[in-house]
Amino acid sequence: MTARLLHPVVFLLGAPLLLGVVVKVKALAAGRKGAPLLQLYFDIWRLLRKEMVLSRTTTWVFLAGPAAGLASVVLAGLFIPVGRVEAPLGFTGDFILFAYLLALGRFFTAAAALDTGSAFEGMGAVREVTFACFTELALFFSLIVLARLSGSLNLSRMILAAGSGPIPAARVALLLVAASVFLVLLAENCRIPFDDPNTHLELTMIHEVMVLDHSGPALGAVLYGAALKFFLFSSLVAGLLASALPLGGAWGWGLYAALLAAVAVLVGVVESVMARLRLVHVPRLLIGGGLLAAFALLLAVKDMP
Amino acid sequence: MDEWVSLALILAGIAAMALSGLPGLLPFRGAGRSERLSAAGMIAGAALGGAGLTASAMAGNVPALSWAWNLPMGRFSVALDGLSAVFLLPTLVAAPLASIYGLGYWSEARHPESAARLRFFLGLMAGALGMVVIARDAVLFLIAWEVMAVAAFFLITTEDEAPSVRESGWLYLAATHLASLALIAAFSLWNSATGSTALETAPQAAGPWTAIFLLSLLGFGLKAGLMPFHVWLPGAHANAPSHVSALMSGVLIKMGVYGLARMTAILPAPPVYWGGLLLLLGTASAVLGVAYAIAQHDLKRLLAYHSVENIGIIFMGLGLALMGRSAGRGDWIAFGLAGALLHVWNHGLFKSLLFLGAGSVIHATGTREMDRMGGLAKSMPRTAALFLIGAAAICGLPPLNGFVSEFLIYLGLFQVLQSSHAAVFWAWPAFTVPFLAMTGALAVACFVKVYGVVFLGEPRSDACRGAHEPPASMTAPMIVLAAGCFLIGLLPWAVLPFMGRAISAWAPGTDPLLLSMAPVGWISAVGGALIGGAALAFLWLRRRGGSAPLAGTWDCGYVAPSPRMQYTASSFGQFLVGQFAWALRPRLHAPRLEGPFPAPARFETHVEDVALQRGILPAWRWSLLAFGRLRFLQQGRIQVYVLYMAVFAVALLAVSMGLQP
Repeated sequence: MTARLLHPVVFLLGAPLLLGVVVKVKALAAGRKGAPLLQLYFDIWRLLRKEMVLSRTTTWVFLAGPAAGLASVVLAGLFIPVGRVEAPLGFTGDFILFAYLLALGRFFTAAAALDTGSAFEGMGAVREVTFACFTELALFFSLIVLARLSGSLNLSRMILAAGSGPIPAARVALLLVAASVFLVLLAENCRIPFDDPNTHLELTMIHEVMVLDHSGPALGAVLYGAALKFFLFSSLVAGLLASALPLGGAWGWGLYAALLAAVAVLVGVVESVMARLRLVHVPRLLIGGGLLAAFALLLAVKDMP
Repeated sequence: MDEWVSLALILAGIAAMALSGLPGLLPFRGAGRSERLSAAGMIAGAALGGAGLTASAMAGNVPALSWAWNLPMGRFSVALDGLSAVFLLPTLVAAPLASIYGLGYWSEARHPESAARLRFFLGLMAGALGMVVIARDAVLFLIAWEVMAVAAFFLITTEDEAPSVRESGWLYLAATHLASLALIAAFSLWNSATGSTALETAPQAAGPWTAIFLLSLLGFGLKAGLMPFHVWLPGAHANAPSHVSALMSGVLIKMGVYGLARMTAILPAPPVYWGGLLLLLGTASAVLGVAYAIAQHDLKRLLAYHSVENIGIIFMGLGLALMGRSAGRGDWIAFGLAGALLHVWNHGLFKSLLFLGAGSVIHATGTREMDRMGGLAKSMPRTAALFLIGAAAICGLPPLNGFVSEFLIYLGLFQVLQSSHAAVFWAWPAFTVPFLAMTGALAVACFVKVYGVVFLGEPRSDACRGAHEPPASMTAPMIVLAAGCFLIGLLPWAVLPFMGRAISAWAPGTDPLLLSMAPVGWISAVGGALIGGAALAFLWLRRRGGSAPLAGTWDCGYVAPSPRMQYTASSFGQFLVGQFAWALRPRLHAPRLEGPFPAPARFETHVEDVALQRGILPAWRWSLLAFGRLRFLQQGRIQVYVLYMAVFAVALLAVSMGLQP
């Protein structure tokens, strides 16, 4: 019970740390020392105390963007299991609500971007909502596999019980699903090879260009929301890996932290060794992710009693 | 006795709605008074009908009446079961709202030549809509159906001086009569198979059930706008006055859903592939409908294509329920049908809201071209906020109503995975789940585009700069509809009992309590938390930004930004349209830029309806050509025609004697 109460604390406080790990890995790979692990905490704290500047073009929608984005991602995070601990919220079909909460955040973030009337931010908004069409495809194919493997429609149980079902090929299927969800993670969080989170004002950007006009506390909320979203997807991938690997079912907080860090390191490594894809290739890679999950479904269905 | 009263109230309500437009046609002075009189008639009719509906819901009975009449076939049979009630309620809500909206939108003062006619046919259509869903006899059904269809034709062609309106009117007329022909054929088969025209569950017997099913799928699918039978829908919805579009999209096309639901309820022993066919057609409609919507520049055409999408979602639920009946799975029936029927309500709410919002925008700016709008959230804040609610609802986003019905359909589709049937075969409906998810994401893309291009950013034209809020008679109906979106989104458990009654009517023996497996309490709780959390965050940001200095939008160092540099509807959809080019076949008119100082050039893209342009119109032209060869038969001489008749009579005689020796 205490662990279940601890869940939101880990989620809400630990999230920025994970992005710090990614940045550190990228710096080390590039031969630099890199920013401190806690840099994002400092950044958010600094932004919260700063003054805001608003564009004359904007309306209330501009501030509704970060507000709805943050509220929806916090709620969505409360459905993701942390370690072996089931999420504090959970019911039959909660994963659908999870996906649609993220869609709500996306809707308002993109609308806020268009509210500025800037061509650049419009471009970011288009790409965000466009790529989401293909990530949803991959994500829901993965969810079908999990529902089939675990026999449950509750996100926590779908992740925790998927590997211990009666199907022999479950672990292989789970690895395929984990790979698919990892691609979704990269795309949803606008990481390389889909987007470059470090560039501002380049034509390559999706997420960063959408929030170009936000400043002060609004930008702080955006950064924090992005960190939460990254944590939430990393936790999903880590949970899937833990289910897939032959760890004997008993795995504690330490292993969970290690897997979480491994996902962050993997993101850092991918970002260090790859370049951003050409825009037209992005849907293909995401559809590829969906096909991985579809193969996993075939594996899962084939051996069903 | 009580049963009789509730049906009498409903019939009186239908009559009041149908005749509400009559005062405007009478030759007496005081047009303003007749306007208000017909709105009052609509409201009174809806109130009467609502009272009847409530009475029967409270009593929990299925009132039925049947009288003989003097027509050679059929009887005057009406009844109100759970299924009819679900489809009757949207008419009773949307028709008076459309009528009130029409007071400001299409007033006698601004449109003296067409306002009275419009009100008359609007009332007639509303009455016919009510009659269609309670008719329990094929002949009565067809009469009501035809009145509804023809009234809608006169509503679509309100502005018949414009060629595009006439064109879409003709297309609609051709489509709706093809639908009627298919239905007449289906009901004739029904009559010959069961020996009566009563629309009641057929006795378990062999019969041409598949032929009847396919004919009703054609007839009702045409009316519903299911792809590929949707070709009439975009033009008709775009060219009708906005409150008519709202009623047509919100209620009229659902009559196709009702018809198919009714037919599948009374046809015995459906084979599995019926449901599978509906599921496939529904999935194709959902994905391609929204893909077409993204490619549109015309606000109302875009909304019309979203009707194709939502009909697709409804058919997915209906298909799953039908498969559930074949497989004897109550949970598929419960979730599939409840999701489909709740989506009928939800679509009626948010699509009416969006069409009324679009009407206000068109009222203010005088154009349907989204690329000429922009920045309207400043000049029309109330309309903008209400449209945003509709936009979020149609995307299926929590905490609004669209989410609840899509959630039920998702749950139903996921139940398929839990089945213990031979695995691969039974799991395939689950493969439609990712496409439903993709539809949702595409809808988000489309409505971000609509809302961003129309309401946000800088105005793109002088008309938008001088835009103004519509009068209260136009905003009030929108507020009611938006409140309905929140109500169902936040309190879904309050409406599920109605769906439960409909399930019992559709598949007797199915336990409607299965619906209580749906975690609707959680949806309420999370929806409330979401609204609370977002509101807190918003108020905090608002307070921090209250004294914020205002500046221009950061324009990346560009010296002279202009509103024309904003993202347009076309540029927004360009990438996604490219991804769906295999289905949409976009046409590009790109200029060739040559030399260091190229001349000014125009760039245009068009997406025309492939089914219409490459399927139906070529077939139509070909058939005109083919039948042209038969023109020699028509000579204009009486004696030749008499000869034809004689030959035909002899042929008939020969055939009938050959058949019955």
